Amino acid sequence: MFGREASLSWNDLLRGTVLAGHDNDLCGRSILVATTSQLYAAAILVEFDGVASRIILYPPDLSLDHLGFVADRAGADVIVSDRLSNPLDTVACVSPSNWTRLTRNPDRDVQHETEWVLLTSGTTGRPKLVVHALASLTGAIETGRASGVVWSTFYDIRRYGGLQIFLRAALTGTSLVLSSAQESTADFLVRAASHRVTHISGTPSHWRRALMSSAAHLITPEYVRLSGEIADQTILNQLRAVYPQARIAHAFATTEAGVAFDVNDGQAGFPAGALENTPNVEMKLENRTLRVRSNRTAHCYLGDQHQTLRDGEGFVNTGDVLELREDRYHFVGRGDGMINVGGMKVYPEEVEAVINGHPEVEMSLVHTKKNPITGALVVADVVLKSAPEAACGEVRIDILRHCREALPSHKVPATINFVPALAVADTGKLIRFHA
Amino acid sequence: MDVRSEIIAQFRHVAREQDRRLPPLTDQMELLNSGLDSLCFAIIVTRLETSLGIDPFSTSEDARFPVTLGDFINFYEHAAK
Repeated sequence: MFGREASLSWNDLLRGTVLAGHDNDLCGRSILVATTSQLYAAAILVEFDGVASRIILYPPDLSLDHLGFVADRAGADVIVSDRLSNPLDTVACVSPSNWTRLTRNPDRDVQHETEWVLLTSGTTGRPKLVVHALASLTGAIETGRASGVVWSTFYDIRRYGGLQIFLRAALTGTSLVLSSAQESTADFLVRAASHRVTHISGTPSHWRRALMSSAAHLITPEYVRLSGEIADQTILNQLRAVYPQARIAHAFATTEAGVAFDVNDGQAGFPAGALENTPNVEMKLENRTLRVRSNRTAHCYLGDQHQTLRDGEGFVNTGDVLELREDRYHFVGRGDGMINVGGMKVYPEEVEAVINGHPEVEMSLVHTKKNPITGALVVADVVLKSAPEAACGEVRIDILRHCREALPSHKVPATINFVPALAVADTGKLIRFHA
Repeated sequence: MDVRSEIIAQFRHVAREQDRRLPPLTDQMELLNSGLDSLCFAIIVTRLETSLGIDPFSTSEDARFPVTLGDFINFYEHAAK
């Protein structure tokens, strides 16, 4: 496994530890992994699956403001962090060590069926804790050793899409080139090329960014995979043009629903027959929304009795709305209004709450605008209390400043339109134009 | 409206908004070395759609992505014809 600063072999990972001195204390415990380094996270997953009761993967892009909430919900016994200071004073913190060889037998007995907990965005702005097991995460992976394959992914392995690639590499014993948040897309592509990457995955937004770099031509992958967002025909055609030798596949997978299916014909959407004829996965539409049942779906949300992940029949509601056009289903958006900005979730309500906190704002409606770079962007319609027409420009700048102070950049509206009124339904709720 | 000057203005405006430092905006500048991320480009494309009335990224399915600022400007100038 090749990180930006260091590399470790799968054998090293099986025979060593990055928590020297602590590895025996963590049997049956709940470990919250909040390292900046992906390599540490990978090492801990390999070492403690089957040993810890629970491993919670804290993504590097999630604000540490949520750490206390997550630790509490997950009943974390220890936080593993490579930051200089202890990020949370209520839970014991352990710093990872350099890799150290262990003398014990690497073929340990499984002592616990470890829960793997992934975090996704929630409506309130707080993350949701999604519980998987190794079995559900690896349900779509064909095992057996693969030769000549070198995997890489633009995703961080603590996100579902990246974790899938990490597990594919681990279960097939192939090399894996990890991305790094500290590295530009071009530098990552140069590094991926130097390791002769053959298989590489990312969201359509990752790929659009990669194709903006002349370094995109340095790699010659055999297999290009897209997931995490709607793959439109434009990005599929562009990848085909740049990588004529590659198989180009787009997968439908979510953290909660797991991997449902892959589409390999280079066309956007998927053949209507896939709904009924996908092995090991049952799918159905309810109100045009895709529901999925399989042994790859997550088990539950952690620590919240009110959120159900599966319905009474075991189906996970993906929230993705489909439309049938000429014998192919196309994804048209989200039933719950969630906006996917380059693979990052944004709920309109959380942005509206911030905008509405501005003293000049009467009310606001946040919605999506299609975008060729990030798939979608956040835009806001705002009703002002009484600002005179001439001051609108300044008020707009001030509302955006207010949003930037309170929200990560992908949640800040790209444009604000001032409107005289917003439509409100009889229920008293804003009328939202969902897909 | 002059396409080139509008594009340059939007690059500067979005960079300022997003607290990014732009290098000198020459035609040879690679977009990925501009200090702007995908979100910045997404916002620039949206604002240009409003001001110029065109979005060449969405209208041409087989378009190669522009690599330099010069490519980017050509891409828009070509679409505006």
